[in-house]
Parts: sequence; C-alpha cells; structure tokens
Amino acid sequence: MYKLILPTRYFLKRRITYLAVVAVALCVFIVVVVMTVMNGLVSEFKGKNHDFVGDCIVSTESLVGFAYYEDFLKQLEKQEFVQAATPVVKGFGLLTQPGTGRNIGVEIMGIEPAGFCEATKFAQTLYYHKENPSDAFTPTYNPTLAGCVVGIDMISRSRDRSGKYYHSSEPMRIELMVTCFPLTAKGALAKAATDLVNSKTIYYSDDSHTGLVKVDARMVYLPFELAGELFGMAGATPRASAIHIKFADGTSLKTGVGRVAKMWKVFAAARANQKYANLLKNVTVQSWPDYRRSSIAPMEKEQMMLILLFGMLGIITVFIIFVVFYMIISHKTKDIGTLKSVGVSRAVIVQLFLTFAALVGLVGAGIGAGAGCGFLVKINDMEDWLFERFGWQLWDRTVYAIGEIPNDIKWEVLAVIMATAVLAALAGAFLPSVRASGQRPVEVLQVNQL
Amino acid sequence: MSEMLKASGLFKSYKMGQTKIEVLKCLDFSVRAGQFVAIVGASGSGKSTLLHILGALDEPDAGSVQFEGKRLDKFRAGELNRFRNKMVGFVFQFYHLLDELNVLENVMLPAMAQSSTIGWLRRRIGAKKHAKSLLERFGLADRIGHKPYQLSGGERQRVAIARALMNKPALLLADEPTGNLDSETGNGILGVLEELNNDGQTIVMVTHDDRIAQRAHNVIRLADGKIV
Repeated sequence: MYKLILPTRYFLKRRITYLAVVAVALCVFIVVVVMTVMNGLVSEFKGKNHDFVGDCIVSTESLVGFAYYEDFLKQLEKQEFVQAATPVVKGFGLLTQPGTGRNIGVEIMGIEPAGFCEATKFAQTLYYHKENPSDAFTPTYNPTLAGCVVGIDMISRSRDRSGKYYHSSEPMRIELMVTCFPLTAKGALAKAATDLVNSKTIYYSDDSHTGLVKVDARMVYLPFELAGELFGMAGATPRASAIHIKFADGTSLKTGVGRVAKMWKVFAAARANQKYANLLKNVTVQSWPDYRRSSIAPMEKEQMMLILLFGMLGIITVFIIFVVFYMIISHKTKDIGTLKSVGVSRAVIVQLFLTFAALVGLVGAGIGAGAGCGFLVKINDMEDWLFERFGWQLWDRTVYAIGEIPNDIKWEVLAVIMATAVLAALAGAFLPSVRASGQRPVEVLQVNQL
Repeated sequence: MSEMLKASGLFKSYKMGQTKIEVLKCLDFSVRAGQFVAIVGASGSGKSTLLHILGALDEPDAGSVQFEGKRLDKFRAGELNRFRNKMVGFVFQFYHLLDELNVLENVMLPAMAQSSTIGWLRRRIGAKKHAKSLLERFGLADRIGHKPYQLSGGERQRVAIARALMNKPALLLADEPTGNLDSETGNGILGVLEELNNDGQTIVMVTHDDRIAQRAHNVIRLADGKIV
C-alpha cells in the first residue's frame, strides 16, 4: 500500500514536482495541437490532390497520348468494381486574353464534364456549375459559345480580408484564345509550313478552385473533343492521355489498382501487333497518391520533419524529468535509507520512484491533452477573434487554400501522445531511481546525522 | 538465556582520500536474548558503524555476525531485507520518520513493507490495531493523524520506537536515541526502552554518554576501534 501512498504523497507535497508536470503538460499540449493541425493540413492537402483525379489513373507521360482507350473504357465499364471511368486529354498551350496583351503558358485538360465529375470530385471545385457540372462548358451569358473552365487564380479576382474570392452572380464574359501544338501519333507536328499551331477562341464559363496553387494558377479545362482536336488526338484512331477511374464502394485502392493493372497488361498484350501499339508501352496504371506523388511527397516530407522535431521535444522532456527527479531524489536520500532499514528492497525503491514518475507523466499528459483539446476546439473562434480585432490571420487565406484551421482530434493519436508522455516521464526517472536504490543506507543515514 | 547475536573478529575501515581509517579492529562479543546492552564510546570510535553492521545495514571488511546461529554474510539480498524487516528494529538519533506519512502510517511502514498491496488489504485491520496499541502504549494515541513535523522531538522518537517494534522484532538497535533530546525527554525515552526490556525485548543501544549507558545491563566500551 505504501507503494501507492508514498509516490502519491511525494507527488502532492513536493512543489518541484509541479515543474515536471508543467514540462510534460506543455510538451503534450504543443504536440497535440501541432500534430492535429498538421495532420489535418496534410490530409486536407491530399484530399485536394484527389479532388480532380480518379481513384486510379491509366495514363501516359507522352504528349502524344495512347490509342484504343475507348476499347479499354468499354472493358472497364463492364467491371463491377468500377463505378465510373472517363478519358482525359492532356497537354500544354498558350492562353491569351485578346486586347490585354496578357498570355501565359498553361496546362490543358480535355474532359467530358459529366463523366469526369462522376469519376472525380471536380464538380465540387466549380463555382457556377456545382449542381449541373455537365453544363460546365456552357457560358450562361451565351450558351452557343465554346466555354472553358479555368483555374481560379488565372482570372484576376479579388478576395475579401479572410481570403475568400469574390464572385459575381453570373460569370463575366471573358474572351480567351488558346493555342496548342497538334502532334501526330509519331510525335511530329501535325501541320506543315506556317500553320503549325491550332488556335481557338474560347469563353470563360466557370472557374475551378482545387485549393492547390499550382493547379489553380495553371490549369485550363476544355471539352474533351475540342482538346483532342487542338492536340491532334482526334481522328480515325483517337487518342487520350489518361483514363480516370472511380472504384465502386467497398473496393480498396490497392485491390482496384491491381485489377486494373492486370486488365491493362492483357489489353496491351492483345494489341501488341496493331498500329500504334508502341504508344501502349508507356502507359502506367497508378493509384491517385502515386499519380500525384510529386505534389504530395514534399508535404509528407515536412510531416516527417515535424515528427523528428517532436522527437527532439520528447528528448528535452525526458531530460527535464531527469533533472527534476535527480533533484527530488537527492532530497529524499534520508527516506531511501529509512525504507531500506525497514527491509524495503532495491527493486521496490525503483518501483516507488517510477510510480511517482508515472503520476507526473499521467497528470502532465492529462492536463496537456485537456488544454490541447480545449485549444483546438476554440482555435477557429480564436483566429476569427484575432482577425476581427487585429486583422491578423494564423494562415493567410490568400496564400493557404484552407477554409478553417483543421481541428479534428484523432483520439488514437491523442492516446499515443499521452502514452509517450508517460513513457518519457518513466524514462527520465529511471536512472535517478536506479541510482537512488543503489545507495547504501548506512551512508545516507550517517550523512543525514552529521 | 540463549545467545542471540554474536560478532566475531569484526574489522571495518574507511578510505578518506589516500588515508585508510580503521574503525573497528577485531571485535568479538555476543548479546543474549533479553539483554539490554549499551555500546559506549567517544565520537568517531566506531560505535554507530558497529550497530549498522549488527543490523545488516553495513558489511564488515572481515569477520562475521551471527544472528540466532545464522551468519548474516551468507544471506542473499532478499533474506537480508526480510532480516531487517522482521528480526531487527532500528531507532535513529534523528528519528528518520517519513515526512509524507502521518504518525500511524509511519508506524505501520514495516508491516506495509512486508506485504504486497493485496496482502496488505487483507491484514491492514490487524496491523492498524497493533500500531494503534503501540502508539497508545507510548502516549501518542491522540497524535496518530499528525505529521512528523507537528510533533516534538520526544514524540518523534517514541513514534520511531513504535515503528521499530511494529513487526515484533527480536532485536532492537538504537543509535543515540536520546542524542537529539533534552535530558528530561531523553530520560523518558530511556524509560520506554527499559520498560520494553523488562517485557523481554533485547536491546542494543549506542551512546556516547556514560550516564545513559549505566541504565543498561551490559556495557561494551569502544575506544580506538577496540573493546576496552
């Protein structure tokens, strides 16, 4: 019983203990808050990368594209694990705003809006056609014109103080000209002499806000047929750059991608002797995280760096606990001598101080976790208050494409952080405890008598 | 009376820097059950060291201590802990009560130390009763909830004696039990020890004061590490 009573009394009576509790609580607080916010940002960022691509992408890096995509689409549509599949044409071009002298290099995606919105969450990124994405390329001011959807940052658009974009009730009439190089299946320019490029006047019909700066500032979406013509992919044997696939509910990403890859292997082998078979060789089947790897990887690296920094924070906590326990135990040598004189073993003395450390860890972790959760629950209210009072925003919404600061507390993460804090407290107390248990009672008691 | 404690050829030395100080030099003596023995000597004569060796808190460089015929140096760590817990009770000059525990808890400490948590739950009522009876005997019945710092020196020493007697040890070892008390309080403590000895308790007491030593049945006088 004294194994519980004594550590509890040490914990309650020694003021220096509060220092250790505060150290643990602060560390837990910081880790809980930053991990929750960072994890939220990373998962939100990953989600945004998934919004405009399918679960699985059959694609080629070649600007020429690959043929027979329609046949493969038909095969995919028969599969029970495929909910939707849609072709995409991809390439690069020049976007000019006549009369302004403004022109920029852009990435062009040719999509079938209805199919693409079934295979991806593209509809959610639109502003005017969220509810009717199949009309995304129909300018409301003149439905007969060829429309386009542009990344939201490509149209000069002002924002409010909180970073939200202003939109008029109807899309403005903006005339744009897109210029592309059409390529043959062999990769040569499709047109000879002076007529080397394809140009087309298009009209702004909507904008897409994915929340990814590189996408929103560089991407133009065109109707699939139009993009095919502009890139020279339409014709007797039409070509596409990619097929985006959405899996049916209950199909895991790994299983689905594996099955599509297997199907593609058989499909490509069956056409090995056909015309344009060489284009099929460069086609890859990837899951969306692999397809967007170049965008996601830096963020994951940052997350890893953060975990390393927290590891260092953990070491500092262990050191603080070590110092505090070293001090506490050096003041408790008399007790250790007394306990040994009544027959308490070395192991039990270690156990007493480790129980004390566990109490420090548990209470510190509890306070830190409680404060962290409370802070996270109110973090957006606090940020709003700061913004309203002082015009200061934690994350400038004109730079960071986030709505609210992520504050979704993952209980399993919280449990791991708290358990780690208790372990850190035990680790910090271990050496001083072992040292204390090894003290010879006669030395301790005699010294105290002097 | 049977022989309870026997010290044979005890040597003990300490190193202070380069100098080796011989504290005990070939001591031989024995204590019979029921005796009240006083070890007397000047400061630094090695009497406290001897007491600690007798109670297995320290080890001699050479020689041995036998308790009821068993050599302490042959005991394993667990056996030594049990010996200190059940066979001997220590009373120190500075009481060495645990500040975090109240009087009753301090007295019950040796009983708690010998039990597991579950074992203690089973026997705590009996132990509490025994601890209270000891405190009543020493006139501390109204002090059981007090913390050591709320007690006088004499009261603290009586609590320390009650703690030493909690597990009904065969041998009580007292190291200058009155050394930190005024003469009146010290006399009271000696009275308690005499009373215990009259009830059959074997006591070995260390003191530097000849007058106090006269209250014991046997006096072992130490000088320069030897019995004189």
